[in-house]
Amino acid sequence: MDILQINQTSDYKKAGPLQAHFNPYSYNGGTVLAIAGENFSVIASDTRLSEGFSIHTRENPKTYKLTDTTVLGACGFHGDVLTLTKVLDARLKIYEQDHHKQMTTGAVAAMLSTMLYHRRFFPYYVYNIVAGLDDEGKGCVYSFDPVGSYEREAYRAGGSASAMLQPLLDNQIGFKNQQGVTRIPLSREKAVNLVKDVFISAAERDIYTGDSILINVITKDGVTDERFPLRRD
Amino acid sequence: MSILAYNGAAVIAMKGKECVAIAADRRFGIQAQTVNTDFQKIFEMGPRVYIGLPGLATDVQTVAQRLQFKLNLYELRENRRIKPKTFMSMVSNLLYERRFGPYFVEPVIAGLDPKTNEPFVASMDLIGCPMVTNDFVVSGTCSEQMYGMCESLWEPDMEPDDLFETISQALLNALDRDAVSGWGAVVYVIEKDKVTRKELKTRMD
Repeated sequence: MDILQINQTSDYKKAGPLQAHFNPYSYNGGTVLAIAGENFSVIASDTRLSEGFSIHTRENPKTYKLTDTTVLGACGFHGDVLTLTKVLDARLKIYEQDHHKQMTTGAVAAMLSTMLYHRRFFPYYVYNIVAGLDDEGKGCVYSFDPVGSYEREAYRAGGSASAMLQPLLDNQIGFKNQQGVTRIPLSREKAVNLVKDVFISAAERDIYTGDSILINVITKDGVTDERFPLRRD
Repeated sequence: MSILAYNGAAVIAMKGKECVAIAADRRFGIQAQTVNTDFQKIFEMGPRVYIGLPGLATDVQTVAQRLQFKLNLYELRENRRIKPKTFMSMVSNLLYERRFGPYFVEPVIAGLDPKTNEPFVASMDLIGCPMVTNDFVVSGTCSEQMYGMCESLWEPDMEPDDLFETISQALLNALDRDAVSGWGAVVYVIEKDKVTRKELKTRMD
């Protein structure tokens, strides 16, 4: 806002070309979290879609089922999330027609990486986490940056509250900074309960995380859904 | 990059049952380069009053010295030790005097009331806006990480031993996800008849 109205006075107006600005990105918040278990993986996201200080909707989960054993969590700029998931679904359909089988989770992750890198100089403003089962039926999680750098991990938080969730996962799943503990493999129930706990904590402090969470558990029998309410303020 | 994050720091304080704890990392660096790993960020301002000063290292030391000076004058004039709440006002006043050219520190105060032994924790922004809480306060370059840890680990009415474990885990796991803080940590547990200082070994990377 031009309070002094200097630019409207012709005496002060600068001569020469004017540059108009357009910002093609916005930020819609959201948090995703994935944990790989022995024979399952859990991927969860909050369901709030917001911009600045206002909430667009309280009913927008950020997990997308890609195949029978692969789920994508994506947040950041919702416009790019929609385009990316649309193109991903198309690529997966083409693969299925060509090869008469569904893509493995590892192949989905590799393809997503190349898709993201093809937009290296005009990126999809999206934080991606892929969860599913690997070729041996073990749980697997792949995390990405917006330009396609990716890595397989045991657990990962992404999006607006990732900085709040990740240290607690390090502590509770990675047993970081704990001495003399027996590393018992993570059970399904414990993983799901941990997801609820950390999201409750994130919703307490992060305005872009809240309303509810959608928890997807991926096993060889398919993907199950669970909803859990969070604070709505 | 923000001046507040030039040297890197993390300070945290928590209330327990008739006790409080304050902890900080020990790194002094210049952006990504670590220079020293025994840098003091927590200062004793009375028998049961402590202040943690994360921020620009030069201002950390200046503010600590100016506070000590003000505190000496207070104790000579009043002939008694300061209450944590009064001390908070003193810090706030010192910072607000520099409203338009601030010291780049965001203090954390922890202590017990000299008469009632009531636990007290508070934090402040760099121009001295105070915030008193009844659970925990965090400040520094990994405050988001510390908030995440504290929201999950903290519970009311912890005994000194539990409080020590909780504040240590909250600080350590937060530090490990921050590149510019860490390299050792120090924890003070303040009880009515004793103060315990413990140095923690951490990841050195």
